[in-house]
Order: sequence, then C-alpha cells, then structure tokens
Amino acid sequence: MSYGSLDLNTVWYILIGVLFTGYAMLDGFDLGVGALHLFTKSDEDRRVMLNAIGPVWDGNEVWLVTGGGALFAAFPEVYATVFSGFYMAFVLLLVALIFRAVAIEFRSKQPMRWWRQMWDVGFAAGSVLSSLLIGIAMGNIAWGIPLDERGEFTGTFASLLHPYSLCLGVTTLALFAMHGAIYAVLKTEGALQARLRSWVNRTIIAFIVCYAITTMATLLYVPHMAARMRAHPWLFSVALVNMLAIANIPRAIQHRREGQAFLSSCVAMAALMGLFGLELYPNLVLSQPEPAHSLTIHNAASSPKTLGIMLTIAIIGVPVVIAYTISIYWIFRGKVKLDRMSY
Amino acid sequence: MSMDVLTLSRVQFGLTASFHYLYPPLSIGLGVVLVLTEALWLKTGQPLYHQMARFWTKVFALTFALGVATGIVLEFEFGTNWATFSRYVGDVFGSALAAEGIFAFFLESGFLAVLLFGWDKVSRGVHFFATCMVCLGAHFSAIWIVVANSWMQTPAGYHIVEEGLRARAEITDFWAMVFNPSAMDRLFHVLCGAWQAGAFLVVSVSAWYLLQGRHTAFARASLRLGLAVGLGASVLQLVSGHRSAVGVARYQPAKLAAFEGLYETGPYAPLTLLGWVDEKAETTRGPAVPGLLSLLVHGDPAQPVTGLREFPPEDRPPVQATFQLFHAMVGIGFGLIAVAGLGFLYFWRGSLFEKRWLLWVLVFAVLGPQLANQCGWFAAEIGRQPWIVYGRLRTAEGLSAVVQAEAVLTSLVLFTLIYALLFAVFVYLLNDKIQHGPDAADLTPSGKLALPTRGNA
Ligand code: HDD
Ligand code: HEM
Ligand code: HEM
Repeated sequence: MSYGSLDLNTVWYILIGVLFTGYAMLDGFDLGVGALHLFTKSDEDRRVMLNAIGPVWDGNEVWLVTGGGALFAAFPEVYATVFSGFYMAFVLLLVALIFRAVAIEFRSKQPMRWWRQMWDVGFAAGSVLSSLLIGIAMGNIAWGIPLDERGEFTGTFASLLHPYSLCLGVTTLALFAMHGAIYAVLKTEGALQARLRSWVNRTIIAFIVCYAITTMATLLYVPHMAARMRAHPWLFSVALVNMLAIANIPRAIQHRREGQAFLSSCVAMAALMGLFGLELYPNLVLSQPEPAHSLTIHNAASSPKTLGIMLTIAIIGVPVVIAYTISIYWIFRGKVKLDRMSY
Repeated sequence: MSMDVLTLSRVQFGLTASFHYLYPPLSIGLGVVLVLTEALWLKTGQPLYHQMARFWTKVFALTFALGVATGIVLEFEFGTNWATFSRYVGDVFGSALAAEGIFAFFLESGFLAVLLFGWDKVSRGVHFFATCMVCLGAHFSAIWIVVANSWMQTPAGYHIVEEGLRARAEITDFWAMVFNPSAMDRLFHVLCGAWQAGAFLVVSVSAWYLLQGRHTAFARASLRLGLAVGLGASVLQLVSGHRSAVGVARYQPAKLAAFEGLYETGPYAPLTLLGWVDEKAETTRGPAVPGLLSLLVHGDPAQPVTGLREFPPEDRPPVQATFQLFHAMVGIGFGLIAVAGLGFLYFWRGSLFEKRWLLWVLVFAVLGPQLANQCGWFAAEIGRQPWIVYGRLRTAEGLSAVVQAEAVLTSLVLFTLIYALLFAVFVYLLNDKIQHGPDAADLTPSGKLALPTRGNA
C-alpha cells in the first residue's frame, strides 16, 4: 500500500509513543500492584491483589513486546544501539519480568507458607525492579548518552546510573505504585479496599514529591527537555492537563469515583509521555556530549517501504486488538471474587 | 574454545532459544487438544469432555506461563547481543516480529484470560470461541517467527544497500519475504512437531493413569484423542520433513551435505542411516543405502547431490554435530510413527489396555517430540553456520560491537541459574498436577456453563 507524501517517520514516532504509553497505562498498574504486594499481609488479601491483575497482566505485557518489535522494525538503529548499549540494564529487566510472570503463575499452586512467601517476594521484587529500570532507561534517553559517529554507545553500565536517571526511576516507581493502588481500589471491596484507599493518598504524595523534584532537575540540568515548551508556550497546556489530572485523583477517590480516578491517572501518564515525546522529537536517542551523533527519526529509520508495510499491519491489527482488549476488560469487570480458578 | 563474546553470545542464544522452545510446542499442541475437547463437549454435551477440557487447561496454563516468561528474553536478545545483525535485518524482518506482536501475542494473551478464568463468566459458545482464538494466536506466532527465521535461512524479496560496515538489507517485496523459499515447508514442519509434542503429552499422562488404574474413563477418552492427533501429526511430519529436505538441498546445499555427511559430489549419492563423520579425513562411516539420497532429493538416483568438498572449509558448517542431530531427529520421527501406529492399532482392536509394555512405551514417548524438536532446531541452526543470514552475513559479523565478554558471561550465568530453577519448578508443578489428576467436581459444570447452549438443549 502507498501512503503518498505522508511523513511515515513521524507517524511511526507517534505510533511507538502510543505503544509505550499503552504499556505504561496498562502494565503500569500491574507493576504498581506488584510493588504494593508485600504491604498486604494476609494470604487472602494477597490473592485478591493477584487476581485483580490475573486475567489481564499478560495482555498488558504484550504492549511492551509489540513496542519492542515495532521499534526493531521501524527504527532498527535505535533498537540495536539502546539494547546493546544498555545491556546489563535490559538483562536485569528481563530477569525481573521473568520472575514477575512465573511468580503469578506458581504462587497459588502450593499451599505451603514458605512457597507462597518466596513467590510473593519474587513478584514484588520483579515489579519494583522493572519499574525502576524502565524509569532509568527513560531518564537516560532524556539526559542523553554518549554515542560515536556510527551511533554506537560508548559509555558503561555504571555511567547510566546518574542522579537524574535514578530520580526518574524512582518517579516511575511512585507513578506506577499510585496507578496500581487506584486500580486495586477499583477491584476490591471491604476492609482491604479501605486500606488501599489510604495507600492511594500516600502514593499520590510520594509521586507528587518525586515529580516536583524531577521537573525541577529537568529545568535546571536538562534544559533541552524543556526547550520546545519555552519556545511554544501553548505546549504548556499539555503540562496543565497533566497537573489537573493528577489533582483530580484524590478528589475522585474521596467521592468514591474510582473509575474516574483511574482514568485521571491514565490521562496524567499520557500527558507525561506526550510531553516527553514532544521535547525529544525528532530525536529518538540523544547523543551527549556530541549531539551531532544523535539517532533521529530520519537517520535511524527503516526504508519508507517497510514503514508503509508496517503502517498497513498496524491499521489492520490495532483496531481489532483494541476491540477485544475492551471486551476482555468488560468480561472481567467488577470486584474480584475468589473461586476455584483463581490464583 | 576461548570464551570470547561470539562464543558466549552463541551459547546464550542457543540456551535461551532452546529453553523457550520446550514450551511453545506444548502450548500449540495442547491448544489443538483443548479446541477438540471443547468441540466434543459442545457437540455431545458429555461432562467427561468438560472435565478433560478443565484438566488440560490447567496444564496448558503452566506451559503457557513459561513460554511467555522465556519468550521476552529472545525478543530483546536480538538487540542486546546481535546488534549488528539487528541493524542488518531490521528493515526486512522487523515487520514480521511486529506483526507477531499485533496479530499473535495480543490474540493469545487476550483470550487466554477467558480460557483460564472465564469458565463461569461466559457461555459455552463464547468460551469455545476464546479457546479457538488462543489456539489460533499460538499458531500465528509460530507463523511469524518461522517466517523471520526462514528468511535468515533462505533470504528473498530484498536488496542490499550501502557498503562495508553499514551494509544492510532493505525490503523490496513483502510477500516474497514472507513466502521465502523455505518458509512454508518449515512452518508446516514446526507445527507438526508442536502438535506431536502436545498430543504425546496427553498420551503419556493418560497411559500413566491407565497403568495405575486411576481415572480410567478420563484416561481412555484422553488417550484416544491424543493418539489420533499424535498419529496424524507424526505421519504428516514425515511428509513435511521430506519437503524441507528437498528445499534444503536446493537452497542450502552445504547444510544438506552436512545433514547427510556427504563429502563427494556425484550421482547415486548414498543415504547414511547412522554413522560417524571423520571431519579430518572427510569421510562418513556407517551403513548406507546407495542412491537413496539422490532418489529422495531429486526423485532420480542418477542425479548428483552436492557434497561438502564443493565448499571452501570456512564456508562449511560443523559436520559431525549437524549430522548426528539431524539423524537423531529423523530416527525419533520414525520411532514416533511406529509408537503412535501401534498404540492406535491396539486401541482400535480394544487390546491396548492389557498391553502394559506398550502403555509404558507411551508414557515415555512424551520425550520423543521434545528431543526431536530440540535436535531439529540445533541441526537447522548449526547447519546454517557460518552464516547468520545465509550467504550474506556471517554469524561472527552479527555481534554487538559494544558488549563486553564479561557482560555476556554475567548474563549467561544468570540465565542459566534462573532457567535451571524454572525448569525444576515446572517439572515439580507439572508432576503435582498429574498426580492430583482431573477434578471430580468438573464432571458437573457450574455457572453459566451449566446451561446448555441452544441447539443441544
Ligand atoms: C513454533 C513456535 C515458536 C517459536 C519458534 C518461537 N516462539 Fe516465542 N512463543 C510461541 C511460539 C514460538 C508461543 C506459542 O506463541 C508462545 C509460547 C507460549 C506463549 O505464551 O506464547 C511464545 C511466547 C513468546 C513471547 C511472549 C509473548 C507474550 O508475552 O505473550 C515472546 C516475546 C516470544 N515468544 C518471542 C520469540 C522469539 C523472539 C523467538 C525466536 C527466536 C521465538 N519466540 C520462538
Ligand atoms: C525456538 C526456536 C529456535 C531454536 C530452538 C533455535 C535454536 C538456535 C540454536 C541452538 C542456535 C545456536 C547455533 C550455534 O551456536 O551454532 C541458534 C542461533 C541463532 N538463531 Fe535460532 N533457534 C530458534 C529460532 C530462531 C528464530 C525464529 C530466529 C530468528 C528470527 C533465530 C535466530 C538465531 C540467531 C540470530 C542465532 C545466533 C547465531 C548463532 O549463534 O548461530 N533463531 N538458534
Ligand atoms: C520423520 C522424519 C523427519 C524428517 C525427514 C525431517 C526433516 C527435517 C529437515 C530437512 C529439517 C531442516 C530444515 C531446514 O533446515 O530448513 C528439519 C528441521 C526441524 N525438524 Fe525435522 N524431520 C523429521 C522429523 C522431525 C520430528 C519428529 C520433529 C519433532 C517432533 C522434528 C522437528 C524439527 C524442527 C523443530 C526443526 C527445525 C525447524 C526447521 O528448520 O524446520 N522433525 N527436519
């Protein structure tokens, strides 16, 4: 199929942004539930938490898999540079995701206390580590990494762990924890729900503190990530949407409108990712200290032919995926009830 | 063998891919079994089929979880360990991987929720539909990944742009890439292998119950289904394997020569049944049927088959390993046909349940497809060496330039430890499920499932 003079590179920049935003909104709450998992004490409560995400977490993770695949196809240079450059970080992410996945499946299969305890720790640690690493990776992309003229990473693993990226890691963890707490409130009832409600407030505070620090650090030390907003003040409206959405969460929770709180949290994430994308564009990986070596949507992209084929695939596939994702969330709507099939 | 980045990366890829490949064949094969059982249940309304569907779903869930957990590693490993290769092929088969995500993984993982947790929430018809979708998704994922891998074996529909270090393949014809010369034969072969893996697991567990005299009604019904699928797939496997071999002879002659340990080009090429390759002396010893290889490849014993001497040593794959792995796979393939055939024959005659020796053979037959699947992949991948993209890019050139040996060693040790743990837990839980057996409670469907569907009320 031919898409004429459409700027396919930009379209794919946006689509990959959409995939990763979808990942953050969906798997974000799974990871958040995981991060909070050890704070629930009784076995029954832990089972409710697990079963709240039970039917959907795998589908949510596919957003990451597909995002990775799309990055490979649309911007192979970025896929190659980032994955080989952040080698140890990705290996750790994989290990964390493996532990999370199998812990969910294995935990309920035996009643022994030590067995459940072991997988509970695996589940929580895997979730926390994944959230941190995702944030750290984002932080490095924003900060910029040293690339040579071939676009190969020239730093080390340790050089990726600077204060700014760590700060973004913690912010991401707080964001996911907040998102997960809201989702958990949505899916639970009774005493557990009451406890979760108070956690929502605490996680919101934690997130807002982290967010404020990150924003300040960005303005002070990473000015290129705010340059576009300074040049086009109307972009500030995206930041405004983000703040309003966050402010709405405690209000909605107060009024027992959990669904609205969850949506607000999603909107906040989308706005954050939107800002990130707007500031980064047209770069995909910023090179520091040599900006000329940056990977952009032009020098890192596949051929227009491939981008066109992929767009066709996306146009056919994505609406179908969205349709049945919605129907599956619909089938599993409502509060968690433990039964024979539950974890 | 020096532990350089290349060796370590290859060992790591081989380890992670073959560990992953323990589970997908089971997911795909059990998926077919689940669809058939639920179809039988919908058709006959017999609660026994409901019980079967429930039990095999639990086993399926376990294999599926491990398949998912280990699959993500592979998807990212192209970038982490084979960055140069990723740059080279991204334009061509990146889209196959992306299509896999969009068409296959979303389908599988989405409907999996209904399959596993939806028993009481949806009607029988909707549940059956979800099961079909999961099975279809698993098959789709095989399609795209095998297409990508086949493109590396027999590249088509592309041209090379730029030169030297920056050279990379760019797509010219999407459908030529998808239907590259080996793709469809190999897909068929891989799917048959997966059906065998699922079917023989069912056969093995059922035979075990029969030997113990437990759950006999359940075991008989499962055994019948498993044997039917297993026999069908095993026979088809011979057909598809033969077609693959003909394709290999045509497009990857060095690989076929290594499969068969053939050094000398000539007519009446022999088929060595089993043997030992002497790579120094360039000979293969062992009983052989003269002319049979020519006959199988060309349909004419007088036609010549290319031998390894036609290729300079640096373009030859490791012959001994390729030869032995290939022969092990084929040997197991014939063995499985025999076992499934005998089982079916005696089942049909009604005397299978007295033949304890045969039941014992069936119990252990579950290892056959797993071993053959592993041998098949190793033979196909080692036989492709030294190329990562056949005839275009050497494996040694596909590495990540920036990754250090220590980093790969660390990740290799990490993955090895974790996989050993996962494997132990998997076997433990699988055994636990098998010992526990089907639930008697599942003979009375609950929730919405208790309501018969329209049509067979
Ligand atoms: C013959 C089939 C087959 C083959 C050759 C492979 N896979 Fe696989 N893969 C599957 C068949 C499959 C599956 C049946 O679709 C799985 C296993 C269980 C499951 O959940 O999906 C799966 C899972 C799975 C997942 C997790 C998907 C999810 O989160 O739901 C990923 C990312 C991959 N695979 C990637 C790969 C890569 C990169 C491979 C090649 C090196 C590969 N697979 C070989
Ligand atoms: C699950 C099925 C697969 C199995 C079991 C498998 C097995 C293997 C093995 C054993 C090796 C190591 C060979 C050696 O070191 O000599 C290997 C290498 C490799 N395979 Fe596969 N493979 C599978 C699927 C794929 C697919 C689908 C692709 C590509 C899309 C692929 C790409 C590669 C690459 C890039 C290497 C590294 C180069 C090398 O070490 O030879 N593999 N595979
Ligand atoms: C019955 C005789 C069999 C023959 C003649 C045969 C033939 C072949 C050939 C020629 C290949 C290499 C294809 C290539 O490199 O492109 C292959 C690969 C393979 N075989 Fe077999 N095979 C047989 C049985 C089996 C069985 C029983 C299984 C598993 C249950 C199996 C699983 C595989 C797998 C997984 C591969 C690697 C994927 C591929 O390359 O297609 N094979 N086989």
